[in-house]
Amino acid sequence: MKRVVITGAGTINALGHSAAATREAMREGRCGIGKLEFRDVERLAIQIGGQVHDFEAEGRFNRQQMALYDRFTQFTLFAADEAIHQSGLEFTGDLAAKSGVVLGTAGGGVSTWDDNYRSVYEDGKNRVHPFVVPKLMNNSAASHVSMEYNLKGPSFTVSTACASSNHAMAQAFQMVRSGMSPVMVTGGSESMLCFGGVKAWEGLRVMSKDACRPFSANRNGMVQGEGAGIFVFEEYEHARARGAEILCEVIGYAMSSDAADIVMPSKQGAARAISGALKDARINADAVGYINAHGTGTAANDKTECAAVADVFGPHADNLLISSTKSMHGHLIGGTGAVELLACIMALQEGIIAPTIGYEEPDPECALDVVPNEAREAKVDVALTNAFAFGGLNAVLALKRI
Amino acid sequence: MSTQDKVIAIIAEQAVLDPSEVTLDSTLEDLGIDSLGLVESIFSIEEEFDISIPFNANEPSESDFDITNVAAIVAGIDKLLAAKG
Repeated sequence: MKRVVITGAGTINALGHSAAATREAMREGRCGIGKLEFRDVERLAIQIGGQVHDFEAEGRFNRQQMALYDRFTQFTLFAADEAIHQSGLEFTGDLAAKSGVVLGTAGGGVSTWDDNYRSVYEDGKNRVHPFVVPKLMNNSAASHVSMEYNLKGPSFTVSTACASSNHAMAQAFQMVRSGMSPVMVTGGSESMLCFGGVKAWEGLRVMSKDACRPFSANRNGMVQGEGAGIFVFEEYEHARARGAEILCEVIGYAMSSDAADIVMPSKQGAARAISGALKDARINADAVGYINAHGTGTAANDKTECAAVADVFGPHADNLLISSTKSMHGHLIGGTGAVELLACIMALQEGIIAPTIGYEEPDPECALDVVPNEAREAKVDVALTNAFAFGGLNAVLALKRI
Repeated sequence: MSTQDKVIAIIAEQAVLDPSEVTLDSTLEDLGIDSLGLVESIFSIEEEFDISIPFNANEPSESDFDITNVAAIVAGIDKLLAAKG
């Protein structure tokens, strides 16, 4: 088995247009959630979200590219540019033939669906642009990254709702660890902040109208975000041989299915994914210093997640730190695990734990150290990142300081 | 049909029961309606009566709409219909 390290990170989300800007916002506990701005927003009951601002496709992409890139693809390409540039890699010859891209998204080109349904149903048009299908398909972001960077190895898109990115990164990790690929570009992206995207979520009645307050007794639901997180996973010796800067090591993962309910989370399913990741990484539970929680801010998730952590870690659950950065950037659905991985890297590299902001009242059912409201310094050797999706599909990754 | 009959019909359909099996003091739990079934029932009621019910699944007890039993739901709808005018 090969060792796997991260040599590039890139992002765009409501907190910033780069990994450095996002980490700075996380350190400062800044909130990127605000009033949504898009057509027909006044017809929504939920009018807040973690929207990306000052990112216009015009000027950034040419006319031909704009006809092909949904906003979720635009986010992906923007973040991939940062990550691959940081890694210093150029994909040619055998490296290009074996390296690929595995990304997560839940909805793919949601705004392309939305705009074109509006055009044919509301405006009564009978013709749509010829590229609607290649623009909206869930794998279009992965395909455009592969084309842009000459990645010719195994490439595909994983869609497991809110766990999509973690499943994608777990898959990329497995490919590098097994020796199948020397480098994999991975992460995820989501862009559902349009009328149809938010309206669909509204229907479920799990959204908050005012704020995302994970683990707080007065939490009242989730808040959507948008953006992308992209990483370069590279075989350790390959990275060392070329003197690459290593951000951290990926040491294990596990996936599980609750096989229980389409929306209600299961403590057992979550606990099996967490303990499975520890076993895969061959570490003891007490080695873990930080967990980036799924922490959606819903009544159901947060108490179930805390109970699962308490079960897996026993007395050590009281020593470790666990926070939900969704309180700051919102829930990026299929892209969330990727953006949240940045908080794990920050904990490992800098010893700074991103806070759970918006925390107001302790909840006895979430009685862990959730790093309320202010970032904290702590030396962390191992961090976990949790994702528990609708449909009961869970994926947890373990990372180590290097 | 009265508000009561319409509500009972909606809830009975959700619970896969005959309307005669749903009474005013039935709770949704008695009828085997879970949290997803509740959200679906509220949606059906909103569609039937053209009203918006203030209900957040994260804090059902704090929502400004009483779902203790069928009678409370009917009363809540009547209140919303009256407010609508």
